[in-house]
Amino acid sequence: MSNQELDQLVDQDYKYGFVTDIESDTLPPGLNEDVVREISRRKKEPEWLLEWRLDAYRKWLEMTPPEWPHLTYPPVDFQSISYFSAPKKQGDGPQSLDDVDPVLIETYNKLGIPVEEQKLLAGVAVDYVFDSVSVVTTFKEKLSEAGVIFCPLSEAVHSHPELVKAHLGTIVPQSDNYYAALNSAVFSDGSFVYIPKGVRCPMELSTYFRINEQNTGQFERTLIIADEGSYVSYLEGCTAPQRDENQLHAAVVELVTMTDAEIKYSTVQNWFAGDDEGKGGIYNFVTKRGECRGDRSKISWTQLETGSAITWKYPSCVLRGADSVGEFYSVAVAGKKQQADTGTKMIHIGPRTRSTIISKGISTARGQNAYRGLVKVLPGAVDARNFTQCDSLLIGDQCGAHTFPYVEAEEPTAQLEHEATTSKVSDDQLFYLRTRGMSEEDALNMVVNGFCKEVFQKLPMEFAVEAEALLGITLEGAVG
Amino acid sequence: MLSIRNLHAKINETPILKGINLEINPGEVHAIMGPNGAGKSTLTSILAGRDEYEVTAGEVVYQGQNLLELEPEERAWAGLFLSFQYPVEIPGVKNIYLLKAAVNAMREHRDLPELKAAEFLKLVREKLKIMQMDEAFLHRNVNEGFSGGEKKRNEILQMQLLEPTLALLDETDSGLDVDALRIVGEGINRMRSPERSVLLVTHYQRLLDTVKPDFVHVLADGQIKLSGDYTLALRLEKEGYEGIEAA
Repeated sequence: MSNQELDQLVDQDYKYGFVTDIESDTLPPGLNEDVVREISRRKKEPEWLLEWRLDAYRKWLEMTPPEWPHLTYPPVDFQSISYFSAPKKQGDGPQSLDDVDPVLIETYNKLGIPVEEQKLLAGVAVDYVFDSVSVVTTFKEKLSEAGVIFCPLSEAVHSHPELVKAHLGTIVPQSDNYYAALNSAVFSDGSFVYIPKGVRCPMELSTYFRINEQNTGQFERTLIIADEGSYVSYLEGCTAPQRDENQLHAAVVELVTMTDAEIKYSTVQNWFAGDDEGKGGIYNFVTKRGECRGDRSKISWTQLETGSAITWKYPSCVLRGADSVGEFYSVAVAGKKQQADTGTKMIHIGPRTRSTIISKGISTARGQNAYRGLVKVLPGAVDARNFTQCDSLLIGDQCGAHTFPYVEAEEPTAQLEHEATTSKVSDDQLFYLRTRGMSEEDALNMVVNGFCKEVFQKLPMEFAVEAEALLGITLEGAVG
Repeated sequence: MLSIRNLHAKINETPILKGINLEINPGEVHAIMGPNGAGKSTLTSILAGRDEYEVTAGEVVYQGQNLLELEPEERAWAGLFLSFQYPVEIPGVKNIYLLKAAVNAMREHRDLPELKAAEFLKLVREKLKIMQMDEAFLHRNVNEGFSGGEKKRNEILQMQLLEPTLALLDETDSGLDVDALRIVGEGINRMRSPERSVLLVTHYQRLLDTVKPDFVHVLADGQIKLSGDYTLALRLEKEGYEGIEAA
């Protein structure tokens, strides 16, 4: 494909993002085959994708929600949810920042978010003609020069059907788990990224740049393909608290790296956590998996999970290529009445595959934090290596930390190491720092940031600074 | 500068301090000596603002303020410094990060501009030299894996940087070998000035050879039993606490 052709394609994508006229109504609650057909029809999808959705739906019907997580919540009534909601029209949301919950605005200000962005985040009706449009335009031009494709998945289905068809569901199969099956049947939208051979993506790709384009909905689906020798860093989410009237979120993210390619996927998840009793918080059931398909390829997951009432999430790596590398760096915070059951799976298939897991769980108030991880080494993964470190930090005495490490090694030459610690923020530490002139909250932040440092330094620079600020705000009131 | 009047304190219903009276003027160095369990560390902890002790009677006035009403950080801003007997480890936090945060926290409350990274580095290098500490110290996690002597030197390094008005040194000499003792002692001496006072808690007389106190007090059973000049320390060394108490 020539550069010119690519330019055209990307330009076309750009146009598409703005002119696609989706009917703006919402389907009535309930799920059946007709609903799946209707979603597909409204999105003007090709026949193969409708069949794929229907296939997923039929599989989902045969499945039951997982009961093994360390989570307690009332059963979700899947028939009470509406499965298609078009992007909001101008004028639906609050008319100005004055109509937005002042607590939210205060948090935005603490995070230093500019007013225009605050409007976007809070869902205030804004005209498309404002500063960030020019940012997005420059950004798209730069990407198209590099031949990178970055667009909504719903758009890629039309503009790059061969790429979508070849990879969708190959990393997270429809029947992988209950929520993945549901997502496959009714997914709303998400990002599609393709990095051509040998290309180092010239900038960090961020969902932020797509905020004003489309409402990705509660069943987000993302597919990132890194072709041979390419590299991309992708940022998902933002530090500002996101509100959503949909309580259930079931997203799927699929990553695939070809020979010598690398994907660095960073997440800051700050969905509404609910009130102090956990009421109204988001249920976040996510399936994220990357496949290192090519030799010497690498996938790295870095996450800061501070939001949601319930987090059920295990970003994983299938290390198929020889000498491929999987990494998982995670900070998960459970405060209020939040429950987090999160961790990773590292599946070693290829020889000399290596994986690293660094998990930091922080529990405060009445939060419950569980690390759940699987390291599996299949026969033939000669000299595979894994290093796992799970650290838990407790603040206060009503919270909990739990660790569930699973190891299945079927290859005698594999070397696996596991370290785990649990510690409490001690009064001695806080007192020591306070005698050095730090306020109680600053002292707590310093101790907690020290605890998280190994993970934060894996985040892209700007994100890391925001992450520290976010952690500080999340822990406000945790002491004293 | 500091007036302690009839201070009584307890922890978990056990009385520790039973009427302490002590007057410290600017520029003075006071040494408090006494047997284990006499309440020496309790006294410095209460002065620095540790809240596990309950003050049951008495008052402490520091530069005209009721010290006991202030939070630990407010006391630090007002120029109080405690060198810990057992400095605490803070995993993952680099020493330089803590030092800079501490220096700038103090400056903020003294209406001084924040020190920039380069300015701070220049300052801290100067102080490291005084304490004969390697620069690698700055990049290690706070007190993590430090030897006993390194921890104590690090405390005095912090004192040099924070330039307190009143320094409380809790058993700063324990765990030090002869060379380290001299370096720490000289580090303290450099800080002596007509405006700055030091309250030094120690078990042994040896640090006092280098840091000559103006006054020596014997604390036993929660009370100051005896006060005198430097020669009292020499007498204690010779006769022991029992001999003094009996007298």
